[in-house]
Amino acid sequence: MSGAKNHDYHILPPSAWPLVGSLTAGLMAIGGVMWMNAPVMGEYGAWVFYAGLAGVLFTFYSWWSDVIREAHSGDHTPVVQLHLRYGMILFIASEVMFFVGWFWAWFDYSLFPQPLEFLSAAENGGEALVENLIGKEGAEALVQWPPAGVEVLNAFELPLLNTLILLLSGTTVTWAHHSLLHGDRDGLIKGLWITILLGILFSFVQAYEYSVAPFPFGVTNYGSAFYMATGFHGFHVLIGTIFLMVCLGRAYAGHFTPKQHFGFEAAAWYWHFVDVVWLFLFAVVYVWGGWGAPVH
Amino acid sequence: MTTIAATAGDMHDHAHDHDDKPAFFARWFLSTNHKDIGTLYLIFAIVAGIIGGFISGLMRVELAEPGVQYLGQWASYLQGSPATLDESYHLWNVLITAHGLIMVFFMVMPAMIGGFGNWFVPLMIGAPDMAFPRMNNISFWLLVPAFALLLGSTFVPGGSGLGAGTGWTVYAPLSTNGSVGPAVDMAILSLHLAGASSILGAVNFITTIFNMRAPGMTLNKMPLFVWSVLVTAFLLLLALPVLAAAITMLLTDRNFNTAFFDAAGGGDPVLYQHLFWFFGHPEVYIMILPGFGMISHIVATFSKKPVFGYLGMAYAMVAIGVVGFVVWAHHMFTVGLTVNMKIYFTAATMVIAVPTGIKIFSWIATMWGGSLSLKTPMVWALGFIFMFTVGGVTGVVLANGGVDDNLHDTYYVVAHFHYVLSLGAVFSIFAGFYYWFPKMSGRHYSELLGQLHFWVFFIGVNIVFFPQHFLGVQGMPRRYPDYPEQFAYWNEISTFGYVVMAAGMLIFFVNIGYALVAGRRAEGNYWGEGATTLEWTLSSPPPFHQFETLPTIK
Repeated sequence: MSGAKNHDYHILPPSAWPLVGSLTAGLMAIGGVMWMNAPVMGEYGAWVFYAGLAGVLFTFYSWWSDVIREAHSGDHTPVVQLHLRYGMILFIASEVMFFVGWFWAWFDYSLFPQPLEFLSAAENGGEALVENLIGKEGAEALVQWPPAGVEVLNAFELPLLNTLILLLSGTTVTWAHHSLLHGDRDGLIKGLWITILLGILFSFVQAYEYSVAPFPFGVTNYGSAFYMATGFHGFHVLIGTIFLMVCLGRAYAGHFTPKQHFGFEAAAWYWHFVDVVWLFLFAVVYVWGGWGAPVH
Repeated sequence: MTTIAATAGDMHDHAHDHDDKPAFFARWFLSTNHKDIGTLYLIFAIVAGIIGGFISGLMRVELAEPGVQYLGQWASYLQGSPATLDESYHLWNVLITAHGLIMVFFMVMPAMIGGFGNWFVPLMIGAPDMAFPRMNNISFWLLVPAFALLLGSTFVPGGSGLGAGTGWTVYAPLSTNGSVGPAVDMAILSLHLAGASSILGAVNFITTIFNMRAPGMTLNKMPLFVWSVLVTAFLLLLALPVLAAAITMLLTDRNFNTAFFDAAGGGDPVLYQHLFWFFGHPEVYIMILPGFGMISHIVATFSKKPVFGYLGMAYAMVAIGVVGFVVWAHHMFTVGLTVNMKIYFTAATMVIAVPTGIKIFSWIATMWGGSLSLKTPMVWALGFIFMFTVGGVTGVVLANGGVDDNLHDTYYVVAHFHYVLSLGAVFSIFAGFYYWFPKMSGRHYSELLGQLHFWVFFIGVNIVFFPQHFLGVQGMPRRYPDYPEQFAYWNEISTFGYVVMAAGMLIFFVNIGYALVAGRRAEGNYWGEGATTLEWTLSSPPPFHQFETLPTIK
């Protein structure tokens, strides 16, 4: 603009990304609806959904590329960096509240259990089945959590391993951060590599755990709340891992300086947030929430 | 509110750089300018308000007399084939759902937070723009596909007819196995997009308000409208993600065989209500707090006095925001809560009357001994104070768990929340609109038409909603298209009130049209000495980029 700017705030030129992102997010939603309702709405839902998703991912890439370019051109003054910090913390706060919803469901079911009888696919000849016996004879004896007939995962096998993996990754990301603060790019890159590998390892262990879990997705309230809570966490691990990978690429490219490296810090904050959510999941869902149930 | 002295050089610095606005498409579709985005939000809210208001007209026409007169024809017209009774009644559910969702998510919130918040938060704190100008635009544009999804849902199957007929609360199991078909999925994803829009907006407002206040403007010198938007933004940030979780559970229950709300699988339909109202109660404060902020400015301006008890006013809003998170189950008194739970939620709800009372009495004390001038914004503000108090008092009645056992889901509740929203939130929106319209457009509206709009609208909405208290006490349940004879009298009067209200709205549109075409040009501070916040130090409309040299606050 006309050059009279006497402040450190960031005044931006027009940008296409918000419009593109909104419209493609809408396309993704329409594709999702078509896909979920394929019998009524035709068979192209998946394609529309993926087209929308591609647009959204393209928006993310382009938008944040612009942000990085602006950072390098000096637009990120100290006050603008402070904005970014506030923005990231507030975003994480909203994410915390999102998980509150899933934990709320878990506590509702576990503190006020229903008299359920669950038959696994093996017991029921191919399809898992659940029945609510509330009001029927013998129901009292079935009021328990986890529901009668549900075998749970042993919290102190794979889930404990995953807890240790994530905790370790929390230390390695701090190692990377300290290296960065001391201008040691080698240490930064090593720390990031290890953190990313630990994140990928976590995801593989989680996927393996799902594949051997003795209860199906959905059907019972247990199978619903367990998979959706841990699944959304897993999704956040994937996002955090990608975020760290971007940081690794930027570290190789020499984007970060000991003074200015908010992109890295945001990724580290996000990673710690994912870590803390996991600790709650481990304690509440795996250990406390499976207590007393037969272990697979 | 603090009296603000802008540095003298301020207005001259940028009096002449109006002309470097981007070209049309870039300016209005790719915007990074808080004032332009605010204008987009206001236009959006007006369009949504017309649609939502038209739907309430359809409902009032149908309710004018006992029996089902028009639903069958409308449903047949909508689906292109003769409608069964079930399909006609389903249309009723679709109308109440669309009216509620449109007015909450696509009219009140975009107008107050997106429109006035975007326009005036940066101006009032002496900032050149929002903290994240580009993210600001995606907050707006996400509303467009969200609204399209909601409107589009009307034309696809949603259970016993076309469209999502779940009520704005989307309660399970009606919204899960009770509504087969894509309509409710579309409505749910519409809410996801609108929620993402609001969360991003909330992040933007909080960051802006904490980091971009002009040098010298401490939090306790900040204009009350900015305080109100700050509290609102925190409510949005913390409440909306819980709704996102809840409606995601609806989506997986509907499509992916989960049992969150399906009792057969151990799920709990009441859990949905808890999650919804943990969001829903803060949501009703989200819809009124920015109004509180605007009313404080308007009452002070037209009393030519600083607002009475500034700090009390600010912290009352904070208190309302905090306590608003721990009262949600008063929406669920009839689901089978224990007596202890009902006692707690009754008591906690009544506590909110204290900070709200602080606000009402401080507005009155602001006027006390002031030099009052009853210009259009002020009469709307007075209407707000009066009507919101009525709605607040019926709220105290409903807060009693025992009383609510009788009144739950009756027209008494409909009357209560329309008094706080249609006569509260909407009155504050009109008050703010008339207060700031010349600032935003640079044109004066007709004072005569503004006053006329107020009186016709005021009389109209009171005729619509006051009789609904009587209907509720008589026992008329909400959400039915038909009713027995004995409810006919007040229903006919209520429908008559709608016609008066609609005439009032016509005057509004004529007035806006007149102002834009032939309105007198507005000077910078057209309200004079009572208007003390920073937006009045700027020209009307303000330059494309204001405060290129930051103002200092004493």
